[in-house]
Amino acid sequence: MSAPRRNPVLAPNRATIPPARRSRVATEMSAWAAAGVFALQTCGECEAVQYPPRDVCRNCLSPRLRWRPADGAGALLATTRLHYPYELYFRERAPWRTGIVRLAAGVSVTAFLHPDLGEAPAPAFVTARLDRAGQAALIALPDETANFEVTPMREFTASPKGRKILVTDAASPAGIAMVKAMCAAGAATVWAGRAEPWGVVPGYEEAIAHPAVTVLPLDVTDGDSVTSLAGRIGGRTDIVVNTATYHRPGRALGAMGVESARAEMETTYFGLLRLARAFGPALAARAAEGPNHAVAFVNLFSITALVASPAKATHSAAEAAAYAFAQGMRADMRASGLRVVNVFPGPVDEGWNQLDLPPKIAPDALARATVKALETGVEDVFPDPVARQWYARWRDDPAAFARELAEAGA
Amino acid sequence: MSALPLLLAELASGAVEIVDLTHTLSPDFPRITLPSETVPSAPFRIEEISHYDARGPAWYWNNFSCGEHTGTHFDAPAHWISGRNQPDNTVDTIPPARFVGPAAVIDCVAASDADADFLLTVDHVLAFEAEHGRIAPGSWVLMHTGWARRALDPVAFQNFAADGQHTPGPDPRCVAFLVEERDILGFGTETIGTDAGQASYLNPPYPAHYTLHGANRYGLQCLANLDKLPPTGAVLVAAPLKIRRGSGSPLRVLAFVPRA
Repeated sequence: MSAPRRNPVLAPNRATIPPARRSRVATEMSAWAAAGVFALQTCGECEAVQYPPRDVCRNCLSPRLRWRPADGAGALLATTRLHYPYELYFRERAPWRTGIVRLAAGVSVTAFLHPDLGEAPAPAFVTARLDRAGQAALIALPDETANFEVTPMREFTASPKGRKILVTDAASPAGIAMVKAMCAAGAATVWAGRAEPWGVVPGYEEAIAHPAVTVLPLDVTDGDSVTSLAGRIGGRTDIVVNTATYHRPGRALGAMGVESARAEMETTYFGLLRLARAFGPALAARAAEGPNHAVAFVNLFSITALVASPAKATHSAAEAAAYAFAQGMRADMRASGLRVVNVFPGPVDEGWNQLDLPPKIAPDALARATVKALETGVEDVFPDPVARQWYARWRDDPAAFARELAEAGA
Repeated sequence: MSALPLLLAELASGAVEIVDLTHTLSPDFPRITLPSETVPSAPFRIEEISHYDARGPAWYWNNFSCGEHTGTHFDAPAHWISGRNQPDNTVDTIPPARFVGPAAVIDCVAASDADADFLLTVDHVLAFEAEHGRIAPGSWVLMHTGWARRALDPVAFQNFAADGQHTPGPDPRCVAFLVEERDILGFGTETIGTDAGQASYLNPPYPAHYTLHGANRYGLQCLANLDKLPPTGAVLVAAPLKIRRGSGSPLRVLAFVPRA
């Protein structure tokens, strides 16, 4: 089933986004939602849960409010249907059902209502999802497993289903897994980028045999290659999944020369830069074109983008550079409602990480986690136990965690 | 009397033609691929500095980068460990007279088409000499395999299998014979190296590199248009860039070819 084609003589449908302004403290709710967590503030003095986000406790006026994952279970108290919203984004998609849910945690929240959720009173489950402005929106569901592939819930996803997806390096272990996972998730087309096509890569031929897959030449270290491909498919691409990376074990002082580190930077950082500049504008221009509009740019990073691993000092530096650039991308792409999804795995179970101790995430699991992140609209993905543990400690105290890693020498 | 006026006259009349043996340098041309544990040579890359635009309103120019052994390129003796102690063994110190020499072009096209792992032997060289005369001292010996026809198809040009690259080259005794018995200036190929794709399994490994450079001789790789050269009679001009202590460089290789 293909989406209807747009009438080329009519004005294009420009992307609008929901109101993006939040208070500084409310932005934290979005940061948690970006990682897939519904979080609320809890008072450090009296344990009262807070909503909406605030600077002092609603109960005891203490400023010691901490964000914590919240229990979404509650009861739907009231519903309404908004037919004529003022904001363009909501107006274009009206009507919107909204309601008030009383959470078991003791606060009442305003939430969008899933179409499968009936009228009040009813049990409901509240989750926090990123809207197209990249801000947290609360959504009341009939249960945790509610289907988001329905109107208007799909707005809160970047689902691969029905979309045309570029996997930039399809011949790496993660790239092979990503091609297969995107096909399995119902992608309409998977363009499999291939650099230096002469090497024989186990598993690659099987992955590209899927009828949705077309192999195209792409070497992210070559500006001409990137712009040529953008000229060919940039105006049709809905999701870019950047799997192109180059990494070699290299401590800060142990290895010789700079060329291996330069190659890491050339692929991991400059490659991303080239892709973003070649594909970003066309993605933004098509961010509201039909139901399967352009929606996301996915970066396959490493947890070492957040905090450096001394055993992989040069790789960490390239990852950190790319991650810093991705923050700029996110700011620029937000205006058109595009998501920049950053995936931060721990060690991936592939050849160049042979000497890393387990647990290591399998490429297939990494790809499935990426698909799930797109389907649930998550922007910061920590797909395995190592990544989650590092992320939690980094989030808690980055300076202390960096020292801990340096002393461990890992 | 100088031969140069005659040369110029023959160039003007077409009695001597200049054939360009060089592939175009571009990111599309395959780069040499060594085992993954070694640090790779950077491929040819080119990025605009400006193109009559805000970055430079009246001028167009590019930055390019590549390894010394990229595209049609020259190997100096210092490239290999066997040549490290030779005098004048880097591209900046090689006497310029050594950049000019006669070419003997050995036709290996049919053999290479039949067997990508074809190895040129002493017997093949002797058979060539029986037909075309003894290879003169100071010659470039060029192995004409037809591999340049594959240059637009990087997969066919590199010809990798799971056990590595399969491309033709010389066998160890052949290189030793050319150096010791024929006193050649260097050895040139159409493939990405002077050695065969599987030459790491020969003894010594990479015999062309090991033996040529160990005797202070040179290599040329990724040559084009060898089909436009006669078996003997052409003169090559192959002057690499003057890179301080350079182990090689991309270059323009020109052949002066007499047309009967």
